[in-house]
Amino acid sequence: MADFLLEIGLEEVPARMIAGAEAELGRRVHDLLTRERLLADGATVKTYSTPRRLALLVEGVLAGQADTQEQMTGPSWKVAFKDGAPTAAAEAFAKKAGVAVSALEKVTTPKGEYVGATVRRQGIRASELLVAELPKEVLAIYWAKNMYWRAGKPERFVRPVRWVVALLDSSVVPLEIAGIAAGQASRGHRVLHGEAPVVIDAAKNYAEILRRAHVVAEVSERRHTIRKALDAATRTIAGARWREDEPLVETVVHLTEWPTVILGNFEAEYLTLPEEVLVTVMRDHQKYFAVEDAHSKLAPHFLAVLNTETDAEGAEIIRHGNQKVLRARFKDARFFWDFDQKTPLPERVDSLKHVTFQKQLGSYHWKTGQNLQVARELAAVVNSAGMKFDEAALLKAVELAKTDLTTELVKEFTELQGMIGGLYARAQGLGERVALAIYEQYTPASMEDNIPVSVEGQLLGLADRIQTIVAMFGVGNAPTGSKDPFALRRSANAIVKILAESELPLTLDAVLQASGVGGSNKKQVDAFLRERLHFYLKDVRGFAYDVVNAVLAADTNDVRDAIARAEALTAARASADFEAISAAFKRIKNIVRQAEEKGFAVGAPQSVKLAPEAQALADAAAALAPRVAALREKRAYGEALAAIATLRPVVDAFFDKVMVLDPDETVRGSHLGLIDGVLRGFSGIADFSEIVTG
Amino acid sequence: MPSTELAPTLKTGALTFQDLLFRLQGFWAERGCVLQQPYDVEVGAGTMAPETFLRVLGPRPYRVGYAQPSRRPADGRYGENPNRLFKHTQFQLILKPPPENVQELYLQSLEALGIDLKKHDLKFEEDNWEWPAGGAWGVGWQVMLDGLEITQFTYFQQCGGMDLDPICAELTYGLERIAAFLQDVDSIYDIVWARDPDTGRPVTYGEVRLAEELQFSVYNFEVADIANLWEHFNRFEAEAKELLALADALLSSETATSVEKRRFPLLATYELALKCSNLFNVLDARGAISVTERVGVIGRIRALAVGVAKAYALQQTA
Repeated sequence: MADFLLEIGLEEVPARMIAGAEAELGRRVHDLLTRERLLADGATVKTYSTPRRLALLVEGVLAGQADTQEQMTGPSWKVAFKDGAPTAAAEAFAKKAGVAVSALEKVTTPKGEYVGATVRRQGIRASELLVAELPKEVLAIYWAKNMYWRAGKPERFVRPVRWVVALLDSSVVPLEIAGIAAGQASRGHRVLHGEAPVVIDAAKNYAEILRRAHVVAEVSERRHTIRKALDAATRTIAGARWREDEPLVETVVHLTEWPTVILGNFEAEYLTLPEEVLVTVMRDHQKYFAVEDAHSKLAPHFLAVLNTETDAEGAEIIRHGNQKVLRARFKDARFFWDFDQKTPLPERVDSLKHVTFQKQLGSYHWKTGQNLQVARELAAVVNSAGMKFDEAALLKAVELAKTDLTTELVKEFTELQGMIGGLYARAQGLGERVALAIYEQYTPASMEDNIPVSVEGQLLGLADRIQTIVAMFGVGNAPTGSKDPFALRRSANAIVKILAESELPLTLDAVLQASGVGGSNKKQVDAFLRERLHFYLKDVRGFAYDVVNAVLAADTNDVRDAIARAEALTAARASADFEAISAAFKRIKNIVRQAEEKGFAVGAPQSVKLAPEAQALADAAAALAPRVAALREKRAYGEALAAIATLRPVVDAFFDKVMVLDPDETVRGSHLGLIDGVLRGFSGIADFSEIVTG
Repeated sequence: MPSTELAPTLKTGALTFQDLLFRLQGFWAERGCVLQQPYDVEVGAGTMAPETFLRVLGPRPYRVGYAQPSRRPADGRYGENPNRLFKHTQFQLILKPPPENVQELYLQSLEALGIDLKKHDLKFEEDNWEWPAGGAWGVGWQVMLDGLEITQFTYFQQCGGMDLDPICAELTYGLERIAAFLQDVDSIYDIVWARDPDTGRPVTYGEVRLAEELQFSVYNFEVADIANLWEHFNRFEAEAKELLALADALLSSETATSVEKRRFPLLATYELALKCSNLFNVLDARGAISVTERVGVIGRIRALAVGVAKAYALQQTA
């Protein structure tokens, strides 16, 4: 048993792609070794990565595959041997089995005598197998963006492969990846170690030897180091904390091989700029962590994660350089902020005519007009339901929502659109409700994000998104497969999320209605929204797929109601009675469908005298129906489902004793009428026949 | 804690702007690069000069370096913004095919500029490059030195809409940025361009270039005659299209000789395309191109640039 080390040395891999590739490499090698019977019991696969390498160490690789023995059966003995001499058939079989003709055996089976052969296969050595198979696995790793680098374009990979280390314990596995022969020489940190090769003497010593060359190969260790170093640097300022930012931590973890942290400062005068702008500059443009004081207010400091370790002089030079860059960027932002104030948002509405929303549709000026109409319709529904909100502020916000697209600051920081508009609206005294609605119009940006806190912001967000979806569908830009260039799925997800998590008295129908969509477009958009609701319940809320199907089969219009029903159904389905009812409903549905296919008429249950069990079911259902309806009305779905589950004994008895598809047409008709009535009467909360039962 | 502290080691002995260029040229000349002069037609980036755009096509190895003044009319700020210029200088380097140690060579070039990497923080961060009008793109990095982007490092993958084979490495050093960094000045205009060897008197970037920044901002934003620019654009385009049609016929002809094919003036055709590109940029800065027109005009330039590239590739095999 041996340890196997593979290291693929690369030019700097994009930070965003490393974690996925590292995991995939581990999975591929694990699967390969398992498939090829080369993994010992209890073997472990550990993966590593830095910007310049992907690596893995497998502890417990067998020296080779075990030999195997297989019994093959060929043609009948009579055909294979004539007068004791082998025929062409015997020779062909022996060749196929890879044995000598003299080694063929007679096999007696109940069907007669046949020719048999014992085929022994010698297992392949691990190193041979790895040489043959591993390069393919490595080159099959998925990268979001690939490149060619060798003449003749033999392969594509994320960046050029520059070295490969492949060792079984201390022996080189002579494989070749992208024209690079594997050896024992790795490389260390570019600057702290230099270009001298770093020889790995044995697979198991990999991480330790790299550490001596100033490379921390283990991702979790770098993450830990960085967090500790951020803490330590921040402690030098009383009461300060670095602002937690997990995605940024992950980014810098994958940008460094030997991370350290420096604390830098900027002039307090820049703190008059909005925090959003400062943080965006620091985080998105410079990958710095923001620092806040004891009151969670931004403090005039930043933390930069370095990929090096220097002496005091070097640290001072690096701090100075980073401060200078940040200062220049802040200065630019300040310039843009001041410049933009010269033209307040209301004066920018007209210039939206020059900003294209979509070339077949029109400008943002056009879109603003459309959004206004939708917002008015939505406002009317919300008003008539008696919900309080500031309608004038909503309409003002819709009118100004896109004007920040014409500002210099948004041109510089596109990711801040909406927020900048809100900040400008506030600075220009356009009203707090207006400013807030503009500010939060693009939230939720993802399913993890919160919805807008203000009703005006929620309505603006809904109006803007449904208008976009309807208009884009109208000019043939509906998403297809993986293609969704206008991110319409994300827009629709946000609509569902806002309806789900707000108090707005709006259904999907009401939103569609307000959009003014008509014709065939309406059907498409409608289906699109319902599909997004399905996604939301299943993938965002985590309901089981059968629960989602059952709930949405009953109704798809009211999002919050669908959630409540899904919750109740999830709780109820565990009970034995409920499971039996679900199975019974499925049976009913099948019977009704069969009956339909055969053209059987459905009659009224009372048209004949029913068998006692059928009558009992009819009575129980009739008694239960008003109670369930009342509970449904109160949205007491849990109680309603419990009540339905009480039908179990009568339903069971019915199916036990009654032949539903009675040969007598009238009897059959009334049976069908009875069960069809039960199905319809109790499927308003969910279609239980969708529930998968054990 | 105001950040007024000095970093004295940066200032002493920092290279002048012109020394910086000399060093880079010397470094790469010693590594087998042809040193070219800046291309004498207006371009927006070093990539657009034929020494890059056309030389990267086809199989022939080539190494070239040149400083390229690059015009971005819309970026002009009348010389008032300390960090933005209408015309900045790129040191552009093409290594075709890229040597295996191209990154190490690049790091050595920084050390040749007097940057002691042991006292700085250097990162290669993903940054992919594309020039849609040239049908060109590549993958690569922005090289960050102490948080400042000093170089764009690209592995060219396609040009003129064609896969490159071999590919090449393109290194674009932002000279003004690097000089400001080395000299530790806050404004580009304070960069020391040259120093009198006898008196030590500095000539600054501002003395050399400020008037140009101011006047071209005025011209590009306020004065340029829009009708005239469009007329130039249309005429250059018409001539280029005519030449491309002729090139198409000639280069695909089976009767034309290779001498005839090789003397066809594609390089001149490409200049006409570059003229259009620059005129578009001036019109854009002048606010004369509506958003709806924009895509269409870029498409027209693309047709010229990609057309030349395709014809050039054919001509090379003639």
